[in-house]
Amino acid sequence: MSKIFETPLYPYQRSPDQDAPRYVRHPVIVVGAGPIGLAAAIDLAQQDVPVVVLDDNDKVSFGSRAICFAKRPLEILDRLGCGDAMVEKGVTWHTGKVFTDTRETYRFDLLPEGGHKMPAFINLQQYHLEEFLVRRVRELESRGRPIEIRGRNRVSAISNNGNFVRLEVDTPEGPYNVEADWLIACDGAGSPIRQMLGLDFVGKVFEDNFLIADVIMRADFPSERWFWFDPPFNRGQSALLHKQPDNVWRIDFQLGRDIDREEELKPENIDRRLRAMLGEDVEYELEWSSIYTFQCRRMEKFRHGRVLFAGDAAHQVSPFGARGANSGFQDTDNLCWKLKLVLDGTAPETLLDSYSDERTYGADENILNSTRSTEFITPKSEISRIFRDAVLDLAVEHDFARPLVNSGRLSVPCTYDGSVLNGPDDPALPRRTRPGAPAVDAPLDGGWLLDRLGDRFQLLLIGADGPERLNESGLEIEVLRVNPEKNPELRARYLGDALAAVYLLRPDQHVAARWSAWDEAATRAAIRRALGME
Amino acid sequence: MNRTTGLNTQPNLADPDGFYAALMAAHEGLTKAQSDALNARLVLILANHIGDEEVLKQALAAARKSARA
Repeated sequence: MSKIFETPLYPYQRSPDQDAPRYVRHPVIVVGAGPIGLAAAIDLAQQDVPVVVLDDNDKVSFGSRAICFAKRPLEILDRLGCGDAMVEKGVTWHTGKVFTDTRETYRFDLLPEGGHKMPAFINLQQYHLEEFLVRRVRELESRGRPIEIRGRNRVSAISNNGNFVRLEVDTPEGPYNVEADWLIACDGAGSPIRQMLGLDFVGKVFEDNFLIADVIMRADFPSERWFWFDPPFNRGQSALLHKQPDNVWRIDFQLGRDIDREEELKPENIDRRLRAMLGEDVEYELEWSSIYTFQCRRMEKFRHGRVLFAGDAAHQVSPFGARGANSGFQDTDNLCWKLKLVLDGTAPETLLDSYSDERTYGADENILNSTRSTEFITPKSEISRIFRDAVLDLAVEHDFARPLVNSGRLSVPCTYDGSVLNGPDDPALPRRTRPGAPAVDAPLDGGWLLDRLGDRFQLLLIGADGPERLNESGLEIEVLRVNPEKNPELRARYLGDALAAVYLLRPDQHVAARWSAWDEAATRAAIRRALGME
Repeated sequence: MNRTTGLNTQPNLADPDGFYAALMAAHEGLTKAQSDALNARLVLILANHIGDEEVLKQALAAARKSARA
């Protein structure tokens, strides 16, 4: 297996905190150096919020794990300085095929709309992503940004006090205590922080087992997502084939309910399955294998006083639809600007409740979609299987049945409809860029709109009059002027048939409010609302 | 019931006996499993033809309500 798993990327080093006479208090501690924890830390450090990441390990995670990254998370990672590396290394794909037995029953094309910097989807091993993120951390460190990863620092106890958090941390040289004004728990589905605090994590448990076999092979399958229902090589179950970089292929076999894990994981049994699928004489190397089951569940609230939960620690979905890691990046994207403004004293602490509100809304959307896909892929009753098979049989001949085929509804960005932070909307403007939606990318003056957005509140004046600058509630609002005549895609996405518009954008690039003309009093009120002050 | 917005539960088949016979004929010679599958396909085909979400909800409710105790 690749060396990347073996090399400690953030080896243990003694911290001055371990020798301090009193507990050292940090503004923010992130627990967990997985993709979500690292994204949180990078986001904060880019905004000059000092952050310390604690992780019980010192390497990237073992095995490819999350491999499928959607456009919105790629845009978030691009804002964090990792987008180009991901797209360059990743496999871009946009066609999915569904087979029943040996017949192709359905195919979809993600039909990526032109005029976006980021592709609709890429496949990339999680370990590559983690390596890019760690590299970005080092780059920020070398530029003097306040960011630090402490490897082999395992949190063994936590007390969540009124206005700070105290941790006991185990290291190879013994335990020490450290404190934080705020703690972000990104410590995964089994979150020790969540468990130590005795917090709920309820939802649906699914009993089907799945075998992942990531194999290295030279194969001329195209860069497409292939999904089988009831294939000859895995009767009565499903299977998935997906391409990753470096000739690695993700193969996912549904195994069913009562299985013998140990038996299934034996190399000769995995080999038997792979040869049945790929052909007797296939040459391959097994990179990683794992058997998993899954749950669809979330915490009731993602904020508990000074402890904030993000990623799998806060919510879990089935893997169908690539809504796990993808939604975690939307968590930290939502959280970090709010935390910064609270730490700066610009916004009230209650702004962080909107993190919980907006992201539990997002989690519910993901859980709903993922639960429905799971029901279709792993029918739980005889009648459920009868209808599932009826859909598949009809889909061969009839167009109408194809949208009913559910092999995973792929992750789409979450729009925070109904959020308390949303200001006024003008319904004459296009629906896709309504308040709560993430800004839709578009070419802008030879570059990209999203490259100009984020990390601060901004006013986008599209063919509209407005001020040169604006100060509100201690914030300087950047004003961006756009000529709609010169940027037709942007015009279509933000104006539609209207002649002009004023958009207020949050630091996470989501639309906070919009009008068809400049209105100073309304804009100021919308900014205060987006800061949680109204 | 308003026919334009709701489920039509009034007689609507011109030849009820003829339809019933056609339904039975469609199932003729099928095993129980094959008949179950046919019924499922039929439900999906008809549901798509109806299309109206409200009518479908009412149909589901009506079907469920008429079950024997």
